[in-house]
Amino acid sequence: MTPGGWLILIISVGTVTALFSWCIYKVFTTPVDTEHMHGMKFETPDEKSDEKESD
Amino acid sequence: MAMQRESWNSRIGVILAVSGSAVGLGNFLRFPGQAAQYGGGAFMLAYFISFLIIGLPICWAEWTMGRYGGRRGFNSCVGIFNCIACRPYAKYLGIIGFVIPVVIYMYYVYIEAWCLGYAVNFASGRMIFENPQDAGDFFGKFIGISQDGAALGFAIDQVGIYLLLVFVLNFILIYRGLSKGIEWFCKYAMPTLVVLALVVLVRVLTLGAPVPENPGNNVGNGLGFMWNPNKIVLEEKVAGADGSQSWQKVTELVGRNQISAKRAEIDGDPNLRLKEITIWKQLGNPQLWLAAAGQIFFSLSVGFGIILTYASYISRNDDIVLSGLAATSANEFCEVALGGLITIPAAFAFLGVAGVAGQSTFGLGFNVLPLVFTKMPAGEFFGFLFFFLLFLAAVTSSLSMLQPGIAFLEESLGINRRQSVAVLGFMTVIGCMFVVYFSQNSKALDTLDFWCGTFLIFVLATVQIIIFGWVLGIEEGFAEAHRGAAIKIPAIYRPIMKYVCPVFLLTIFVLWVLVNVIGFNFETGQSTVSYYITDLAGENGEQASKVAWMSVGLIASVGIFVGLIISGVQHYKDYAKNPQ
Repeated sequence: MTPGGWLILIISVGTVTALFSWCIYKVFTTPVDTEHMHGMKFETPDEKSDEKESD
Repeated sequence: MAMQRESWNSRIGVILAVSGSAVGLGNFLRFPGQAAQYGGGAFMLAYFISFLIIGLPICWAEWTMGRYGGRRGFNSCVGIFNCIACRPYAKYLGIIGFVIPVVIYMYYVYIEAWCLGYAVNFASGRMIFENPQDAGDFFGKFIGISQDGAALGFAIDQVGIYLLLVFVLNFILIYRGLSKGIEWFCKYAMPTLVVLALVVLVRVLTLGAPVPENPGNNVGNGLGFMWNPNKIVLEEKVAGADGSQSWQKVTELVGRNQISAKRAEIDGDPNLRLKEITIWKQLGNPQLWLAAAGQIFFSLSVGFGIILTYASYISRNDDIVLSGLAATSANEFCEVALGGLITIPAAFAFLGVAGVAGQSTFGLGFNVLPLVFTKMPAGEFFGFLFFFLLFLAAVTSSLSMLQPGIAFLEESLGINRRQSVAVLGFMTVIGCMFVVYFSQNSKALDTLDFWCGTFLIFVLATVQIIIFGWVLGIEEGFAEAHRGAAIKIPAIYRPIMKYVCPVFLLTIFVLWVLVNVIGFNFETGQSTVSYYITDLAGENGEQASKVAWMSVGLIASVGIFVGLIISGVQHYKDYAKNPQ
């Protein structure tokens, strides 16, 4: 590989690795109030009507 | 209308799900092939420029519009376009956002089955190839390329059993829901995928020169073939029919010793010469820019309508700017730092330039690499690891293709997840069986991929960025994006998203039509109409391909099905009249 090739490789791989690392760091260090606070149930009209009927 | 209470369970979960959607076969097979073909340095420069002016902007636009629609109770591309534009035409434009992921799923799940099948066959010691012909024969038999219906087999070296397994796996996960299915799977699959890729990467980078009789075929030269900014090519003088003479490329040369030896060999021969193609000359080739922009486009999964749906499940004050950037950077890391260092160097070290140059994505992945792994020490193990990582990457992508369809069916028909999974399952089984049955020369897969997986994606991405910049408006779009944002989108992106990105996209689209439909070659100046067109129109007295027409008909049928549903959905009309 030529020196130019090494340069391109290092800049390219270094840039994406640094960006990815920074993003991961930022994601884990930025507080998120809503983390783990969302509901997971999916509610549709038919389910609602089912619930009413069972009541 | 369905009342949506489903959402992501954590921010890292949605980031992994979106990056899982983006990381796929293109990262490990398509990107290295494209970069090597168009000259590493020049390609990377065009690639990063495309990333900055189309990849990131469309990504942020999709995240923003998705959450905007989600806050108003819409999770599908149809509903989101309708609630942003509040015009009757908008919801019909959203049809493309259903058609693309659903039709792509019909053939992507088939390719996913190839990956699992190859992993199992490597693990069971069946992948022993002496030459490229053996590897090609195995692949041809595995996917039934010889005749229609030949892929329908359930032996261990046929695709049927793997297709059944991946189809069931996908629908079990999608049935479990957003957080318990997609998010749960991606949380384990994505880190596993990166670890597997790192293990394979270490193996590849420590290969040295594995074939003693060809010391020039080594990892260093393999990296050079991929990354060197200037290319040295051997050219031969050829005479044309009219008596004119021109130089034609014979092969590329990599490595100081190989170049010196060839220079001495051809010294004094007037019909052969070595020519250096500089990075600047390569950058002058429009096809390089088209390839780089296309790679960014397909790699980031922008223009699929998937991010729109995923982002619609994010809460109103959750960050989307950092999450979008994080998901995008995860994809770039997998593509450039892992895919860019594994595939081509490994193939080059065993097979040299001749084995790597000009290979298609599938050729590289399912013909060249299996041969490479069979020649590698502990190749069965590393072959299994590599194809299993491709399988994981494919599953995380295919899951994301189902959610937009589920979201639309729930939203438009008011049915629950169980029912929408059943409807979508029926549709995709029919489509997938069509692709599997018409396996001769992979005609159905190829045609669907061209018209839906390429052409329509350009269209949808252009529509999305125009809706963001010109219908929602840059100011409101940025205000929406910055709600709860952990970082700000740089101000330079206001003009980029409003003017530069649409113009760049339209330019790329015109270039794409010129190159891939009309068949114009910028280097020779000649044009040959693409076989995707001649398949439909016929050529030189030959009839049009029925399979190609049926494939286009399948895409149209899905679009018409969605259009008919949309026309009867009252709450889309109500919202357009009284937007909130």
